[in-house]
Amino acid sequence: MPDYSWPPKAKRKVMGRRMDRLDGPEKASGRAKYSSDVQRPGMLYAAILTSPHAHARVTSLDTAEAERSPGVTAVEVVSGPGTEIQWAGTEIVAVAAATEDQARDALRKIKVQYEVLPHFVKDEDLNKAGSRARAAGEQVTGDPDQAFKQADVVHEGYYGIPVITHCTLESHGGIMEWQGDQVAHWASTQALTGIRSDISTSLKVPVGNVTVHQDHMGGGFGSKFAADRWGVAAAQLSKKSGGRPVRVFLDRATELQIGGVRPSAYAKVRLAARKDGTILGWESQSWASGGVGGGGRPPIPYVYTNIPNQRQTHQAVSINAQGARAWRAPNHQQACYITQAAMDDLAAKLNMDPLELFKKNADVTARAAVYRQQLDKAAELIEWKKRWHPRGQSGPGTVKRGLGLAVHTWGGAGHASQCRCNIHADGSVEVELASQDIGTGTRTIIAQTAAETLGLPVGAIKVKIGDTAFPPSGTSGGSTTVGGVSSSTRKATMNALAKLFESVADSIGAPAEQLEAVEGRIQVKGAPAKGLAWKAACQKLGVKTITEMGENNPKQPGGLNTGGVGGAQIADVSVDTETGLVTINKIVAVQDCGLIINPKTAESQCYGGMIMAGVCGALFEERVMDEQTGRVLNADMEFYKLAGIGDIGQLVVHLNMEPEHDQRGVVGLGEPPSIATITAIANAVTNAIGVRVTNVPLTPARVLAALEGRTA
Amino acid sequence: MQAFEYANPSTLQEALSLLGNRWGEVDVLAGGTDLLPLMKDEIHTPRRVVNIKNVKELGGIQSTKAGLRIGAAVTLEELLQSALVRKTYPALADAARGIASPQIRNMGTVGGDLCQRPRCWYFRNGFGLLARDAGGQALVPGGENQYHAILGNSGPAYFVSASLLGPALIAYNATVKLASASGSRDVPVEKFFVTPQNDSSREIALLPNEIVTGIVIPSAVTRSATYEVRQRQALDWPLAAASVVLRMKGATVAGARVVLGHVAPTPWVSEEAAQALAGKAINEETATEAGKAALAGATPLSQNAYKVQLARVAVKRALLQAARGRA
Repeated sequence: MPDYSWPPKAKRKVMGRRMDRLDGPEKASGRAKYSSDVQRPGMLYAAILTSPHAHARVTSLDTAEAERSPGVTAVEVVSGPGTEIQWAGTEIVAVAAATEDQARDALRKIKVQYEVLPHFVKDEDLNKAGSRARAAGEQVTGDPDQAFKQADVVHEGYYGIPVITHCTLESHGGIMEWQGDQVAHWASTQALTGIRSDISTSLKVPVGNVTVHQDHMGGGFGSKFAADRWGVAAAQLSKKSGGRPVRVFLDRATELQIGGVRPSAYAKVRLAARKDGTILGWESQSWASGGVGGGGRPPIPYVYTNIPNQRQTHQAVSINAQGARAWRAPNHQQACYITQAAMDDLAAKLNMDPLELFKKNADVTARAAVYRQQLDKAAELIEWKKRWHPRGQSGPGTVKRGLGLAVHTWGGAGHASQCRCNIHADGSVEVELASQDIGTGTRTIIAQTAAETLGLPVGAIKVKIGDTAFPPSGTSGGSTTVGGVSSSTRKATMNALAKLFESVADSIGAPAEQLEAVEGRIQVKGAPAKGLAWKAACQKLGVKTITEMGENNPKQPGGLNTGGVGGAQIADVSVDTETGLVTINKIVAVQDCGLIINPKTAESQCYGGMIMAGVCGALFEERVMDEQTGRVLNADMEFYKLAGIGDIGQLVVHLNMEPEHDQRGVVGLGEPPSIATITAIANAVTNAIGVRVTNVPLTPARVLAALEGRTA
Repeated sequence: MQAFEYANPSTLQEALSLLGNRWGEVDVLAGGTDLLPLMKDEIHTPRRVVNIKNVKELGGIQSTKAGLRIGAAVTLEELLQSALVRKTYPALADAARGIASPQIRNMGTVGGDLCQRPRCWYFRNGFGLLARDAGGQALVPGGENQYHAILGNSGPAYFVSASLLGPALIAYNATVKLASASGSRDVPVEKFFVTPQNDSSREIALLPNEIVTGIVIPSAVTRSATYEVRQRQALDWPLAAASVVLRMKGATVAGARVVLGHVAPTPWVSEEAAQALAGKAINEETATEAGKAALAGATPLSQNAYKVQLARVAVKRALLQAARGRA
């Protein structure tokens, strides 16, 4: 078996380079075709009638008039009479028509009667939840009672982080074409291979009869793994319409109601500590909701997992709202906020610099040395020593400035992935995987990996992904893609190269195992003059094409990829204490991420995570439910607020690229840098204004209320 | 969006002849930045849409004897780019500048700003202008009212006027010119905004058969400014805003107009603030007092007490900005 290990850092020529994305020009110029841009011949448009009620039973349904409506080819009932609706926005009927307008016109002709049932949609006030809250049981480690008795200082606090949505730039949906026993799907998915199985199961069509295509997709963040009810309905509409393709994409309002959410988390926390800052005990009563199924226990205490004495209870609150989906680092932002806002408050109570408290307690984390080093680096980048002040001591003036920090952790080992490499006699190289580029730069790093292995420029590699005709590759979730596809690509290209060496060994006059591929040549190791140019070498294949496979087996990554990272972030904010407005001045992120194939796309992941999950989550994003109507009131881009460019501030990313990191192999990076930012910002605001704003997002209403000692 | 008839007149007379006599029948399309979303959400379902972008009489900014005339179809960007507006009517320029989306400034118009519908999320979700449930119960007082009115909110309306230019125009004592097939009339901008009493009436004094043709702002030597508190730098609605116009006599205020935005169902003229300023120099202390006076009668709802503070600050900062003059 060849030695697949990565070439030593000093020898890498393509991997490790700051490369622009291969599809950047296509995307920037609008030539890239996202699945929502795809037009199929004879394509029909689906529209979906949704429930205005948060909790109701469908008692009768009349679609006769809709079926006769101009342009309509088919009607598919999703929630027929008798169905109990558990959230507003639930799909009732889907209609396919020749134009989108005709489909929507037909929806207005559908008559649905509901028996409206009582709903419950607000998750923060546990006292109102009654039987909607289900206890998940108490967990005890060590002797918390004793720890709190022995403590010099006990901090008690309450923290809350709300439900937010994924709000992907491209909405959820796709095109379904079900002709005879064959189903073709143009998807907007994070799981090309996975959605194929899902379609197969949902439609009871053999998996081999399902093809999925996707050149580009506009963001998923954990919400686009399945075919979903709208996708299945579109397939049924296609079948009923004689196999004509049916396009379904949720409009923004519907997307924000049923496209997925991040669960909330609320907790009352107690921390016991010694005077010197050593944390002795943790107690928390937490509750959370992601929808009708409740919400999972966030992994608290977060990062500082091994606090010796702990007692935790958790309740899952069921509300009449859409269910949770994975959201970029599921449950980690919540856990980070609850744990580390409390630790920051503890530091203030001890009159201690939080940087010292976080470092001092690093021994109860899984990677003490890493966090201490990262916290020091982040502190250096933001000039913590010079600029940090004790809580609330920002000085005179209405605008107060503050610093806050937080740390996080993630896995990120590579998923299962198969790759096929073809080397043709004309010298062209194809690398094929049924993977997907969810906007992270997957195409680019596959090309870099293949080019590195084959000694070719990146432009010589044709990367073919986004089609289930290629070998299966894992789901892009959990930051597992880069490790998976780089490892399978490495193996496939090395296997193919070995075959090429065998084919040209005689011509060059050296044994295959003495050959190497360097800078567009196949040559003898140590005697570079002896060899052939790449193209000349490939010509020796004659009528043959080399086709070789490579596979990443997550159980045996062979040193190519691994998981488990840490990161530290520090935010510098200003708060206008007259208006409660928070301005981000700067955020620094120090991130450990193993071997980096492309520092530029790696940094982009950090920027994206810090903006999307951090700035947006800390300052703006919140789904607003109305208890009276049971509806999402801000299912639009006006009041479902996201940060714009002017709101973001300066972002500084420092990737740990020391040899000890590089030697670990490739680690995924989509999630980790998205975790700590909210907490760092919230702690910075507290440092600036001197009081804790218990709930994020840190709106003017909440900041002013905290300043005035009210609850917002 | 429901199907509609599209009319594309090129003269004002023709445009006026295409209007209806009842609200809901016909909508006027200028920039479309509000109308199109309303139609897509089926809050408005007109049977006819009259495009007025090709009506030349509705364009242009001119100095006249009566003051500055601004055509209704002048875009917010044209308004902002007008040297005359920036120099003489800074409160108006400030308000236009606050619309932090080039796309909306390029498409949206002055007339459209005055006629746009409230952003109240109950209204936009189909619960009617007065936001009531099926039983006629008002939803706002016991609901999600963080963005709703803190003044003039004893009912039946709880939304805030969406107009961004309205407060400045009122502070300048501007007049809005309206036309119908049977003639034209002038209405002070202050009287143009009204609190509706039922769901089928409007929050402006325009009649269904009328079009806003322009604005006239009287010329006067004044100091003025608008200050808006917005949560985002990116496109966002103000949480509170204030436009102030000061007639100075030496270093003291001879007359003041203080108009708050986004705090009431109409732009809110504060006589209390004006009185507090009379005869005083503008400084941190007097500006703060004026802000307090302006909000003395505020009646915040369950979730929007913070807006009282924001409105006070908006008044104070607008006054200080006006007193400092242009940077």
